Amino acid sequence: MERVMMKGNEALAEGAIRAGCRFFFGYPITPQNEIPEYMARRMPEVNGVFIQAESEVSAINMVYGAGGAGGRALTSSSSPGISLKQEGISYLAGAQVPCVIVNVARGGPGLGGLTPSQSDYFQATKGGGHGDYHLIVYAPGTGQEMVDLIGLAFDKAEEYRNPVMILTDAIMGQMMEPVILPPIREVTTEKPWATTGKKGRAKPNLINSLGIIGEDLARINIELQEKYRKIETNEIRYEADGTGDADLIVVAYGTTSRVARSAINMLRAEGKKVGLLRPITLWPFPKQILADLAAQGKRFLVVEMSVGQLVEDVILAVNDRAKVDFFGKLNGTVPTVREVYNTINALLQKGGA
Amino acid sequence: MTYEIICAGFGGQGVMLIGELLAYGGMLEGKNVTWFPSYGPEMRGGTANCSVVISDQPVGSPIVSEPDGLIAMNGPSFEKFKGTVKPGGAIVYNSSMIETAPVIPGLKMLPVPTNDIASELGNNKVANMVALGAFIGLTKIITLASAEKALEQVLPERHHKLIPLNVAALEKGMALVK
Repeated sequence: MERVMMKGNEALAEGAIRAGCRFFFGYPITPQNEIPEYMARRMPEVNGVFIQAESEVSAINMVYGAGGAGGRALTSSSSPGISLKQEGISYLAGAQVPCVIVNVARGGPGLGGLTPSQSDYFQATKGGGHGDYHLIVYAPGTGQEMVDLIGLAFDKAEEYRNPVMILTDAIMGQMMEPVILPPIREVTTEKPWATTGKKGRAKPNLINSLGIIGEDLARINIELQEKYRKIETNEIRYEADGTGDADLIVVAYGTTSRVARSAINMLRAEGKKVGLLRPITLWPFPKQILADLAAQGKRFLVVEMSVGQLVEDVILAVNDRAKVDFFGKLNGTVPTVREVYNTINALLQKGGA
Repeated sequence: MTYEIICAGFGGQGVMLIGELLAYGGMLEGKNVTWFPSYGPEMRGGTANCSVVISDQPVGSPIVSEPDGLIAMNGPSFEKFKGTVKPGGAIVYNSSMIETAPVIPGLKMLPVPTNDIASELGNNKVANMVALGAFIGLTKIITLASAEKALEQVLPERHHKLIPLNVAALEKGMALVK
């Protein structure tokens, strides 16, 4: 298979097209602009729809319309724009509309800056809008995963009738890496629930998130929670590299997992036993593997481009069975390989759990 | 083997392009590669730079802070990055714009009058290619043939008529390395 060099943002966009995405709605914001730029050129070539909406709020509601009519619909933005979309995302979750939302995150809070960030972890994984809901959240760690996970995201969105988020950041989006693109797929998913016209059915399909009668709303929430438990059982993904013999395991996703990997390679070359646990799904979170590794006496270091968000899930999963340390960089700065290397070394020298 | 490079200069000197050519060239030789641009407000007026990693293993951090090789096309970039190069590493610098450069012990340093050579070739814009030619001559990190093939992939079709000029500039740069 031929490898081609693509920016992460472009790889993600082409991956979406190959996975049958034919509806893109967005509003410009750095550092994700390569996605709408690419889609503006590419969608007409595959008879798809590209609309630059008048706002993020408009774009997410266009996703509701296209997804509700059974199309594979995508929107992308970056942190402040994703905040604007939260009302729509909650409605999409409540109405169980399959769709994919991409956050190429940048530093916040507020308007923030253009630098990469992982400080939208809480917003992505804990429900950024109102109500008891979850998105499935994928965190690509390579250009290839930008392609592969967006395809998977559309499949899982339809399988569970649930919005799926790709949470990545400015570095992953701007970096070029060789990728192998899969062929364009025909999507054949049956969607008897889609609002495509009544056509012989006795009852019209209705997609909304309204439960004005208390019992109805409770029933909707029970249904959603049952779905989330099923997702937690079936959809957890992670990469464990060198965790078997490791004394210390770094937990990191996306960009920081790359920085950590470089530091770990240096330490391994010196004979130090350090491993990497990289969550690929941020929700559902890989709790069990962390609990198991903690029970084996491992200790953990969480590395993030935030003041500490992923670390809370790691602490919950480890549940006092092991020591969890944290190294984070404030928005506006990126951890260097040397910093992570020095942090791990210092922890190993201190020793003890 | 993992080799890390920073290409730096003024915006408009084509440092992003030579970084891309190194990355593409590495990919065409079957290596794992990454290319990462500096971006954002710093691109207006100041120095632009990109990080390139070429490796036999999966690439970890795409951001290079301690390069094995540096291509510096102007004074500010040379000043910014000269102290970050690993011992035993290589610096190719544009001596058309950097008149006096300190000798840094433990590094291979090659001054290349890229603008002068490019002007001799009749197009000042290929100064970056002269630097790249000298860099691959000095480090052997990719072959000239790979750089040439990369040009075909990186340059848009409408600029392909300029490939012979770019190749001539690469060769001129390479010829500076004994």
